[in-house]
Amino acid sequence: MRSNLATLRSDVELSLAGRVVSPFGYRDRKSVETVLTGIPEIDALAGGFPRGALTEICGPPCSGRTTVLLSALASRTAEAEVCALIDARDSFDPRSAEAAGVELRQLLWVRCRGLEQSLRAADLVIQGGGFGFIALDLSDVAPETVRHVPLNAWFRFRRAVEDTSTVLLVLEQESNAKTCASLVLRMSMKGAKWSGAGENVNDPTSVINTVGISRHSHKFVAHELLAHGCLQHAGLPHARLLDGSDVQAEMLHTRMQSINFQQTQRGFQQAQNGPVSIERHFAGRDFANSSDGFERSDTQSFSAQSVWSYLHALPVEAKLK
Amino acid sequence: MSFAAIHIPDFIVQAVVRGEGALRERAVAIVEGTAPLWSVVAANRRAAQAGIELGMAKSQAAQFTGVEIRHRAPAQEKTTHEALLDLGWSVSPRVEDSTPDTIVLDLAGLSGLFGTEEKIAHEFAKRGSSLGLSARIAVAENIEVAILAARGLPGVTLIPPGEEAQRLRALPVHTLLPAPEILETLTRWGVETCGRLAALPVIQLSERLGQEGVRLHTLARGALVRSLVLAKPSDNFQEEMELDDSVEELESLSFVLGRLLDQLCKRLAARSLSARSIRMEFELERSFEKGLQLSAHTDQHKLLPRKFEKILALPVPIRDSKLLLKLVRLRLQSDPPPAAVIKIMLSAEADRVRTTQRGLFLPASPEPEKLELTMARLANLVGDANVGSPQLIDTHCPDAIRMERFRLAQEAAGGRRKKPSAPGGAPAEKNSSALRIAKPANGFRLLRPSVPARVELHDGLPVRVFFYGARGEIVAASGPWRTSGEWWQDPWDQAEWDVEVRFSASAQKNKRASNPAGERGLYLIYYDLRQHGWFLRGMYD
Repeated sequence: MRSNLATLRSDVELSLAGRVVSPFGYRDRKSVETVLTGIPEIDALAGGFPRGALTEICGPPCSGRTTVLLSALASRTAEAEVCALIDARDSFDPRSAEAAGVELRQLLWVRCRGLEQSLRAADLVIQGGGFGFIALDLSDVAPETVRHVPLNAWFRFRRAVEDTSTVLLVLEQESNAKTCASLVLRMSMKGAKWSGAGENVNDPTSVINTVGISRHSHKFVAHELLAHGCLQHAGLPHARLLDGSDVQAEMLHTRMQSINFQQTQRGFQQAQNGPVSIERHFAGRDFANSSDGFERSDTQSFSAQSVWSYLHALPVEAKLK
Repeated sequence: MSFAAIHIPDFIVQAVVRGEGALRERAVAIVEGTAPLWSVVAANRRAAQAGIELGMAKSQAAQFTGVEIRHRAPAQEKTTHEALLDLGWSVSPRVEDSTPDTIVLDLAGLSGLFGTEEKIAHEFAKRGSSLGLSARIAVAENIEVAILAARGLPGVTLIPPGEEAQRLRALPVHTLLPAPEILETLTRWGVETCGRLAALPVIQLSERLGQEGVRLHTLARGALVRSLVLAKPSDNFQEEMELDDSVEELESLSFVLGRLLDQLCKRLAARSLSARSIRMEFELERSFEKGLQLSAHTDQHKLLPRKFEKILALPVPIRDSKLLLKLVRLRLQSDPPPAAVIKIMLSAEADRVRTTQRGLFLPASPEPEKLELTMARLANLVGDANVGSPQLIDTHCPDAIRMERFRLAQEAAGGRRKKPSAPGGAPAEKNSSALRIAKPANGFRLLRPSVPARVELHDGLPVRVFFYGARGEIVAASGPWRTSGEWWQDPWDQAEWDVEVRFSASAQKNKRASNPAGERGLYLIYYDLRQHGWFLRGMYD
């Protein structure tokens, strides 16, 4: 038996000679560089988005996927990276993106009509090369349609960005790339936050008619009035404002350990030597107080703010602009 | 002071052969005239050896096997002449445009760059070959001697000072390009070479042939001295080709376009220039049948256009012919010529070669040439209007944006790229609406177009909403937020509501193909006061 194994091993090594070095040797997976997402909670959870790899963000509608996307785009464009967004259903809103801090001139927006077109467009952009961040937004495509995308398509995308510095992000309702994805996050909305209280009582005479003023502006005015107690919010629907929402991110799968791993709240410093690739699959459990002193959790929650809410936080001079 | 003359022998044949590389080693005869009276006007050495004579009828010439017959191409002669001038300007700024097939260059100051006069001459031959020209080069201290030697002697000829008459002696007298009647007279006299003409007494010659005879005599002795008449460098880079048969398929057209682009790029490279834009002009075949079909469809008597033009604007100067061909093909795929093509003309707007220096610490970005190709392919896939960077229009109208051509920041800034912000991700200064916030901003997804919805109101408040075949209860609402404007052109008047919707269990099971409803969500609905209906604008995601 042993001699057969030895013969088999030497045969395999001979046939792979010149093509593969030490086919039976253990190889450390190299460290993966990550980039900040712009959301500290997600950076703490996953270490950021990996370069040269495919990341999936999945979740139902209104779960916070676009929030993460815009935050990542803002973070990348702030670093002068060239970004691309392949929009399968043409649902990108440049106004909210600009309000979120995205530098629109650094963004190539490809407005597609359907899944097939968007996959081909993604292929062209990835093969073109040079983009720091590419997002494929399939959020509004029916999950049963995306399920039919063959696995080799995801594998092809992953291979195309491997050994490059491109972050490839896919947004969808369900995770489909399986092991082709180096990081999979599932988003869900925990709840909405509304300012003001009381029942919704209609008072037609108190409708704020703001002809020619943008939606953000007049909501900002309402926010100011609410903040200063100038508006009796009880019973007036326009006195209630959507302040934002609480979002939960759950890490379903990760394949890498970032060299940019941030310190945890306990101040634990990640060792830099030795093999650094760890494949972790979480099944909804918390890994608190693990043996190596690492406080890990597979979920993190954060709050997303509505645009008009943070206008309130600006100094007066900025508000007057 | 030395001068070099570059002469293209069999110019008419070489102009045609330059466009068809496969003819280079073949016997070629060029015919001209009106059908059916075509006659041979030029033939290369191989065709002459095969028996082709000038003035022969086309039908006669066709009987010789192995001889390729082509029609004269004045357009290609023009571009070949321009290529010859580009060859001259690629080496020296002082060039004289003597005749369509001959130029003269001043070699003063070139020895430091190229070495001896012999090396300079060979450099000309090499560069001419790269432009598709087989040239004869002669170097002499006298301009006319150099021209005559280039016309009459093959290969590279160097004439030292004092040996002009001796070197020109054996040249046939027709090399001097005398008027036909003078040539006839000289032939009748038995004066067949320049040496014999130079030996004639000049006074008697002037009595019989006048001043022209004296001039020819001085030329034959290599004694005619004159100055160089400089030609002004042209920025016109144009290649054209008339097709023997009309071509309709893009594949066949691509073959011709590739050849023309190759020639164009070589000429640009010879002058150290690149193309900033390429203008394509196609002359179309007038088709009677297609013209009739068009008029039947539109009830108008309208002929198809005679010409089809396209301009390919490039983000950076490019002279890679393969890349340019890909871009041209992609452009023509999306908008092909409406009829078969009988003539193609390409012209390039020349510009200096792009020089950029990348910063060591700046993030990588796509190569401009590759990006242009990617953008062309994307435009082909999704349409020109659906690729670019979004820019907000200064209006309060919802979803008022325009798509601008996507350009790299460093190209937009003229080669200088803005440094990124400090490490740590602090955003650079932007306009006032791009704000730095502690918490991430809620993302919003637009529905284009807005989806019609049905809303149930109670005391003026929305309490229930129906869209995507699902019914949801509105658990919280904010609004109405009236917005309207642009009454003068494209008015809108809407009342918006932010609503939190909780979908029933049956709605969750009812997963429509376009957007299945989750358990709950935050949506923006509005009542359009002009259309009197409710719509779903988008969702907060």
